[in-house]
Amino acid sequence: MLNALLLRLKKGMPTDKHYKALMKSMLLIGVVVPLIPMVLVSGIILYQSQASYEKEIQTRFEEIVQQGTKSIDHFLKERLADINILADTCSFEQLREESFLQEILRKLRTQYGPAFSDLEVIDDEGLRVAYAGPVKSANARHPGSGWYQEVMNTGHVISDVTSGSDDPPHLIMALRKNWMGKDWVLRTAIDGGALNTLSEEIGNGNNGSAFIINREGQYQAGPLYGINSGKDILMDFLGIKEGQKKGTAFFQRTNGAGNKHIYATTFLKEGDWILVYRQRASEVFSGLRKTKTTALVVILIVGLLVGTNTLSLSKKMVARIQQADKEKQKQNEQMFQTGKLASIGELAAGIAHEINNPVAIMVEEAGWLDDLLEEEEFQETVNLEEFKRALMQIQTQGKRCKEITHKLLNFARRTDFKVQSFELKDMIRNIIVILEKKAKYSDIVIHTDIQKDLPELTLPETELQQVLFNLINNALDAMEEKGGTLFITARLIEDHIVIQVSDNGPGIPKEDLPRIFDPFFTTKPIGKGTGLGLSICYGIVKKMSGEIDVRSMVNEGTTFTIKIPFKEEGKSKRDDSLEI
Amino acid sequence: MSERFIMLVDDEVPFVETMTKRLEKRNLTVITAYEGQEALEKLERHRNLDVVILDVKMPGMDGIEVLKAIKKKNFLTEVIMLTGHGTMESAMEGMRLGAYDYLMKPCDIEQLLAKIEEATNRKRDSEEEKRGMPR
Repeated sequence: MLNALLLRLKKGMPTDKHYKALMKSMLLIGVVVPLIPMVLVSGIILYQSQASYEKEIQTRFEEIVQQGTKSIDHFLKERLADINILADTCSFEQLREESFLQEILRKLRTQYGPAFSDLEVIDDEGLRVAYAGPVKSANARHPGSGWYQEVMNTGHVISDVTSGSDDPPHLIMALRKNWMGKDWVLRTAIDGGALNTLSEEIGNGNNGSAFIINREGQYQAGPLYGINSGKDILMDFLGIKEGQKKGTAFFQRTNGAGNKHIYATTFLKEGDWILVYRQRASEVFSGLRKTKTTALVVILIVGLLVGTNTLSLSKKMVARIQQADKEKQKQNEQMFQTGKLASIGELAAGIAHEINNPVAIMVEEAGWLDDLLEEEEFQETVNLEEFKRALMQIQTQGKRCKEITHKLLNFARRTDFKVQSFELKDMIRNIIVILEKKAKYSDIVIHTDIQKDLPELTLPETELQQVLFNLINNALDAMEEKGGTLFITARLIEDHIVIQVSDNGPGIPKEDLPRIFDPFFTTKPIGKGTGLGLSICYGIVKKMSGEIDVRSMVNEGTTFTIKIPFKEEGKSKRDDSLEI
Repeated sequence: MSERFIMLVDDEVPFVETMTKRLEKRNLTVITAYEGQEALEKLERHRNLDVVILDVKMPGMDGIEVLKAIKKKNFLTEVIMLTGHGTMESAMEGMRLGAYDYLMKPCDIEQLLAKIEEATNRKRDSEEEKRGMPR
């Protein structure tokens, strides 16, 4: 029944599968639990950083275009103001003199660079009155020009940038004035290059590019000058509404080549032109991308560290749990074994007494018959000697019964172990001397490996001898039929005497291993073993606070290991009586 | 060897009967008792008993209790405890309580005789000693 309980106890032991599942759970919890909040927090921080970064970019872009608008508008208004001052300070009479006009143009170009391409005075019929500049075409007429009509209507004009086959890109600025009741117009061409320079300054100063487009989709300045992308495309792409003349826009667009750009637009020249500033999204968001990459690397490194750490920790913890389970299992088995021994011991004590009494009666009856045979009347009996032999045999067998019960009782009762000092190698040698004939007969070779500097032991000598004798004798019995090799080793390992008795005999079947220390369990033929030898060994080793362990493989052999606590300073306890 | 007067106390009737016959054959005077109380009563009547051979394990009053009663009454009679070994601790306790010796069943008759002889001698020495003591 106890064996059944032991088997059930073993079946209840966690399996490797259980430990693997436990490790997986620990790993999952150990990695996921710290990583979820970390990823969440990092995600929130990154999201907020991105929003804040985008807002900052938007502000910067809007500032760039507003600043650009201001500077271009300022440039145009200044140039317009220049010719206005000229028209106001100089009389029509003076200005109609081409030499005077040439001189004025020279001075303007000296002061403002090549922005002023020419100067022209036109009468109210749209006919040239005077001209100073590089293109000297006589009798120039302008009445059909859009700009002329506009200047006559509004008093001043700043045209789009145009260019002829011979003319470099330029825009026209003109003012309407009155002299002696007649209108006249002062016109100048402003070099388009000045606008290009301004837009380049806006772009280059901010690592992007800037260009100016009129409402018809024609590029006025910038790298794409002269290209007309079309009004519809302009409206769709830049999102400019018909009639819209104010406002700043910020957006992202991907062009036909698949390049993503960030755009900012605003209006200039009173809504006639649109200043566009753009920058590659990859450049704009490079800082954010770096932050994201850094955060990702940090998360990965932390994740890796957490994972590695958790893996190592889980492995250690599972190994410890496994070890603790094993120890618990071992303790349970030992508890069962001890319990079995105690139960059997009590039973043995009772049986011994019950057997000894009837055996005592048998022996006494035989003794009485023997007494009677001594009387004279029986001396002539023919079978007198046979009677005496039979009675002697009864008495002998009675004594044998007594010895068996004595063994049983030794197994059961408390014993005072006599602790003595002795040399282990001598003890082993003596046992081998006793058993070497048996070994030789069975073709068994005995090897010993005893630690050379093994100290003198102070332990219950007789009992240890009994244990070793039983183990060695059992090993010889196991190899009796086929012979083999017996190894006996002894070492002092960390305050423990460790003795191993190994054979390469037939081994013990796995199903028998849990029972080998059970009293009366034997695999020897009937009458050859009592099944008490290993139980007694177990009891003795346990009483010495030691451990006895067996490892066996069928057809490979068996190793018994006993481990008994021993300290060298224990020599001082020599010959003390130790009650165990 | 002068006459030895002993009492055999054991609840095992066949053992007592056979042992009695064997001891009587060896010129010992033997009376028997099968219970502890009976043994004490007989001891009261036979104050000159030399040795009581007392089984430890008996139903009712066991050997240890009988021994205590004997020692309490200051009888000089010596006691040899007999045990089936299962109660060896009790036999040892008997020794501590003043029993002369103990034997394990089944015992050798010669060994028993030797112990009876030794016990008788001690009992008689005690008697001599007691007689020599001034009142």
